[in-house]
Amino acid sequence: MSNKSGRKHEPLIHITKRASMVWYKAWIVRAVAIVAALLVSAVVITLLTKDNPVEVYAAMFKGSFGTERKVWVMLKELVVLLCVSLAVTPAFKMRFWNIGAEGQVLMGALGAAACMFYIDDKIPNVALIAVMLVVSILLGMIWGMIPAFFKAIWNTNETLFTLMMNYVAMQLISFFIMIWVPNGSSVMGTINSATESGWLPSLFGQKYLFSILIVAVTTVALFIYLKYSKQGYEISVVGESENTARYVGINVKKVIIRTMAISGGICGLAGFLLVSGINHTVSPNLAGGVGFTAIMVSWLAKFNPIVMILTSFLIVFLQIGAGEIATTFRLNESVADIVTGIILFFIIGCEFFVQYKINFRSKHKEEGHA
Amino acid sequence: MLDKIIAFICAAIVQGIPLLYGATGEIITEKSGNLNLGIPGIMYVGGISGIIGGYLYEKSTADPSAVLCILIPLLACIIGSALMALIYSFLTITLHANQNVTGLALTTFGIGIGNFFGGSLLSFFGESGSISLLTTGKYYTTPFGFSIGDIEISFGFMAYLAVFIALATSFVLNRTRVGLHLRAVGENPATADAAGINVTLYKYLATCIGGAIAGMGGLYFVMDYTSGAWTNNGFGDRGWLAVAIVIFALWKPKSAIWSSFIFGGLYIVCVYIPGLSSATKELIKMLPYVVTIFVLVFTSARKKREHQPPASLGLPYFREER
Repeated sequence: MSNKSGRKHEPLIHITKRASMVWYKAWIVRAVAIVAALLVSAVVITLLTKDNPVEVYAAMFKGSFGTERKVWVMLKELVVLLCVSLAVTPAFKMRFWNIGAEGQVLMGALGAAACMFYIDDKIPNVALIAVMLVVSILLGMIWGMIPAFFKAIWNTNETLFTLMMNYVAMQLISFFIMIWVPNGSSVMGTINSATESGWLPSLFGQKYLFSILIVAVTTVALFIYLKYSKQGYEISVVGESENTARYVGINVKKVIIRTMAISGGICGLAGFLLVSGINHTVSPNLAGGVGFTAIMVSWLAKFNPIVMILTSFLIVFLQIGAGEIATTFRLNESVADIVTGIILFFIIGCEFFVQYKINFRSKHKEEGHA
Repeated sequence: MLDKIIAFICAAIVQGIPLLYGATGEIITEKSGNLNLGIPGIMYVGGISGIIGGYLYEKSTADPSAVLCILIPLLACIIGSALMALIYSFLTITLHANQNVTGLALTTFGIGIGNFFGGSLLSFFGESGSISLLTTGKYYTTPFGFSIGDIEISFGFMAYLAVFIALATSFVLNRTRVGLHLRAVGENPATADAAGINVTLYKYLATCIGGAIAGMGGLYFVMDYTSGAWTNNGFGDRGWLAVAIVIFALWKPKSAIWSSFIFGGLYIVCVYIPGLSSATKELIKMLPYVVTIFVLVFTSARKKREHQPPASLGLPYFREER
């Protein structure tokens, strides 16, 4: 702090914000980060397995693309993660930290399961699926709108509110399972396994194709909504600055509640797909932490729904690959979470180099001051 | 009846201790303006680091001494959890990364580390079965207690340590210059910086010390509550409850003490109420979360100044950007 020598003090490095970075340079930085992350993960895995890392990565690749069945399973995982990532995006763009996607998905799943359980084959299958879809989306919406409502009127912290709502949803599911399963077992078996009512039909013999198509349509729709609609524009303005939004006459409260309704609704849709299209059952762990992963997928894609296809593929590929490593090399499957964590740290960290510039103290300047 | 109530209160306290460690650690962290959502992951790492330390020590010697049995896992736990907090600090403070995303990634990573080493530690050494550190667990569970009439109340030493750390944190935060500076950093880092406080140093130290304390909650759980045994995902969602307690206690370590015991009680109350159907039990397990939501809503509606979170909570600080 003190300048006893009378020389101007200048730190070795100082950091300035970049005005902007050319897009391809930004992607080069990100690609370097991913490669660095894969190298670090390779070192970690090699230390643990004492095996050739190339073989390890080959095993990872086989996990996702080894057989036709594996590709479909990978696609299934991909669309679930993508759907939830799409769901958190509008809220996220508005700087509303919806980390309750998990709970909203679960409520959607609960709604779908309840319809399957109570209505069963009393109405035609098409009607049942339509009812399930509506109920799921509505329940997801409600679950998302409760925190949004309090955020809008009292500025209640939404991060923690939505987080708590996750556990309320999980307990609700446990509660209903206890009611539905007569023998006191806490596991719900496959619902309507005899009648298959409420199950999304197979398309061209592929069980998951229907779900994949629904998510594909949602992706495009959300892209158009965010980029070209007036409401999408309002979301960006509120996200950039609430004061600006108020100044130009946007009703911020309305935008917050409406956006969270959309966010929760898409989560409800994901819950519907999980129950009706994929698992045909419900459990408190049905979503399996997808709500948290989705936040990172959405953030990595910079809120662009189309880029999200890539980022969710990256995460799913890593998770399945790490799972494959775990079985091949007899490791615990949690190695997937470790690898995901390492890669996320690198990607999170590299944004710094995209946004900021590091300036080193130049020799020339120093001499000038001496 | 009375002995049942006392048994319930004791059980509630035992459940509350890991939460108290987590909450105290998170309060210190949040006072510096960092909302560390990685606490659940850090607590897993704290637990597994302690287990690894204890396991290696028990393996290395035929006659483990009591002091080392306690100190080695404790030290391993503190180092492991502080390193986790250091990852968070480096990303959010030095690299200005988003705190929520970093925290959630840290939780994924930490739970992964806990379950990975918990599941494969023994197979690395060519053993099978599940981890159970009987000797270390024995020293950690040695009860220190007192009795009222013929009812005995006793806890392991880490339970008392948790209360002591919470009280000490309260003292440091409210009665010392360091505490004043830390609160200033959390409220308004730019002003604190202008006043000559080293914002970066305070944020780093608060986050790492907070992480280390939170990690001790994981250690208490594996060493005392389960007597040295590890089960994957055994710690459950307690880390998020610790984050919830911080709000419930309105960022005051002293209130965190009784809040943790209440939450501990809510966590297990369904076991102690006779004649409940299993469905109703599931509804009662919802209580801690519902209570937190109510507290969140009420504090935000009343807008009392001393009940608010630190003003810069969750926001990155970049000196050149004002």
